[in-house]
Amino acid sequence: MNRRPVEERLQDFDEVATGLSEQNAVLEALRCMECPRPLCVNGCPVSIDIPGFINAIANEDFRKAAHIIKQDNMLPAICGRVCPQEAQCQSTCILGKKDKPVRIGALERFVADWERENGVETPETAPATGKRIAVVGSGPAGITAATECLRAGHEVTIFESLHAAGGVLTYGIPAFRMPKDIVQFEIDQVLALGAELKLNHIVGRSVPVDELLAYDAVFIGTGAGLPYFMGIKGERFSGVYTANEFLTRVNLMHANKFPEFDTPLIRGSRVAVVGGGNVAMDSARVARRLGAKVYLIYRRREEDLPAREEEVANAIQEGVEFVCCANPTRILGGPQVQGIKCIRMEMCECDESGRPVPRACTEAGSTFTLDVDVVIEAIGQGPNPLLAGLIPDLKRGKRGTIEVDEDGRTSIPHVFAGGDIATGAATVIWAMGSAKKAAAAINKMLAEN
Amino acid sequence: MYKIVKRDQIADNIFEFWINAPHVTKTGRAGQFVVLRIDENGERIPLTISATKGDDVRIVFMATGKTTQQLAAMQVGESIRDVAGPLGKPSDVKKWGRCAVIGGGVGIACLPILARELREAGNDVTGIIGARNEGLLLLEDELRDACDELVICTDDGSKGHHGYPADVLKEMVSDQILDAVWIIGPAIMMKITSLATFDSGIKTFVSLNPIMVDGTGMCGSCRVTIAGEMKFACVDGPEFDAHEVDWDELMNRQRTYTGQEKESLEHYHEHKCHCGDHQ
Repeated sequence: MNRRPVEERLQDFDEVATGLSEQNAVLEALRCMECPRPLCVNGCPVSIDIPGFINAIANEDFRKAAHIIKQDNMLPAICGRVCPQEAQCQSTCILGKKDKPVRIGALERFVADWERENGVETPETAPATGKRIAVVGSGPAGITAATECLRAGHEVTIFESLHAAGGVLTYGIPAFRMPKDIVQFEIDQVLALGAELKLNHIVGRSVPVDELLAYDAVFIGTGAGLPYFMGIKGERFSGVYTANEFLTRVNLMHANKFPEFDTPLIRGSRVAVVGGGNVAMDSARVARRLGAKVYLIYRRREEDLPAREEEVANAIQEGVEFVCCANPTRILGGPQVQGIKCIRMEMCECDESGRPVPRACTEAGSTFTLDVDVVIEAIGQGPNPLLAGLIPDLKRGKRGTIEVDEDGRTSIPHVFAGGDIATGAATVIWAMGSAKKAAAAINKMLAEN
Repeated sequence: MYKIVKRDQIADNIFEFWINAPHVTKTGRAGQFVVLRIDENGERIPLTISATKGDDVRIVFMATGKTTQQLAAMQVGESIRDVAGPLGKPSDVKKWGRCAVIGGGVGIACLPILARELREAGNDVTGIIGARNEGLLLLEDELRDACDELVICTDDGSKGHHGYPADVLKEMVSDQILDAVWIIGPAIMMKITSLATFDSGIKTFVSLNPIMVDGTGMCGSCRVTIAGEMKFACVDGPEFDAHEVDWDELMNRQRTYTGQEKESLEHYHEHKCHCGDHQ
């Protein structure tokens, strides 16, 4: 993907990656071999007819391309941007064996952006069934489940606890990676299918559990919103943020535009971000845009970073300093952050995931201190405990997830769950994939009733 | 959008607003709170549910910062952009026996709903309220009605007992007539007042008010230390055992944005004056 120049993008929160031109999109589409048994589709969690839509682009029929994608994915502008295509559809592309795989993600984004600019076709829905479905959470899982159920002709109410829909797409992923007008546009497409969206509603409280269970079916997609902490000294100082808080203050509350917007934020002149995933990259890149010198502390090696390669490259380009093979042991200061003490890590034998297990070095001189005034912890999130804990008969899995079968069915027959609340923290597209399955099971169940 | 159905100034710089929010009143109980955001540019602030009536919820606040001053300037018929709730766990209302509910400053506003629920559960309830002076006392009549007995304290002696609610609480503790106590007010007041019950081991609840953003357990801004463990006030609380709270940490974290809060207020007043030119 082409990117805007670094000096320019550090001045704003506008999108970094620029899309393909029509001409380049067609050229890229013409590279597709049209395999008789396409492996790319197997790599897609929502099974988009990838050769089908690429073929339509090659024939310059962008409308048809959009139509094909939307059969399986109502959020193409989002997925085209944040899916890890290099690990999914593109990783199985046959062209990738000898050359570069077809840039499927870029093509998906192109089609979605083309359609947004050229008028959107609302997909058809089945005749009304009169069945009522409650969808809890308006993130990628909730929106996907709602779409599938609406298409089957059911009446859908989406409950969102925040004041804006979109879940992690809205509060978590920064605008330079996921522009907020695009999120809103794709959500509006779903609402156009007839969903009712209730903001500021906390299910289990604003909507009591008995009221929730009175729906013909329920889909829970409350996500992985519970931030983990390192559990080291100094985490309570002012200036220590979870990535969730830091990103929410900026993305949802626009603290970057304080005092025009009311929400404050300690910007920090020197910021340490702890963690190596996409959320850590997002936090580091937001902190850079707020003008700070940024360190990213990761306990394994640079090649072990779980973030997308593209995001790591963006962070490096934007001047984030990577401090790998190091782990914080204590935050210094009080009550404000004055530094972070770290220990060097050595890599030991690999675990089941194939990554080396980091172990703290013991020899003298293994510790060092970074002089920082803000620390952002981006070490992962657990499932949101609030609603799941309020439904008495709902069986919980390990680490607080809601236990589901392969169709997303929970221990309560008409209650389904999908996305991070069922799988544990994963990606947008995996959340959508599991939600799609659950919605199919809901539609099947309601058709049989 | 949530409409303001009634508003009043009930003490010096202290306001009560009744807001139409059926999703809050349906299950909202003592101890719980709402998070509100006035408009598109607004911050999310938590406010304890002070009462509910039909579809309307009451909040009470002192107009000290940017958001509360902006809110105080709003009129009946105008709407607040977002009201989310009810959030947090309800107060531990059950048959305790003899209870004292103690309010300091704006915290007094949280007591009527709590006192009523406690009495309905069969408790004998004494209300103790304190403020710097008579002008800052609020909801006296309502509390007289909600409690079996009401004791009024002022720091300057302008009304009732000349002194602090802690003095009254200490006497009640030494008379051994208490089974449970609630203290709601500024952190420093809750810290000092709760010392009165420390030795006796009387169950003492406080309602913590750290800085929050979402109020649903997602950001961790409201983390507090309770008996050495990290808890989120928004979902694990906001009420906790007073004797287990790390008060100094709470107060330090509450001061995180003191500078920005001042800046925000100044920006608001400049902007307000500017707008006034056009009226």
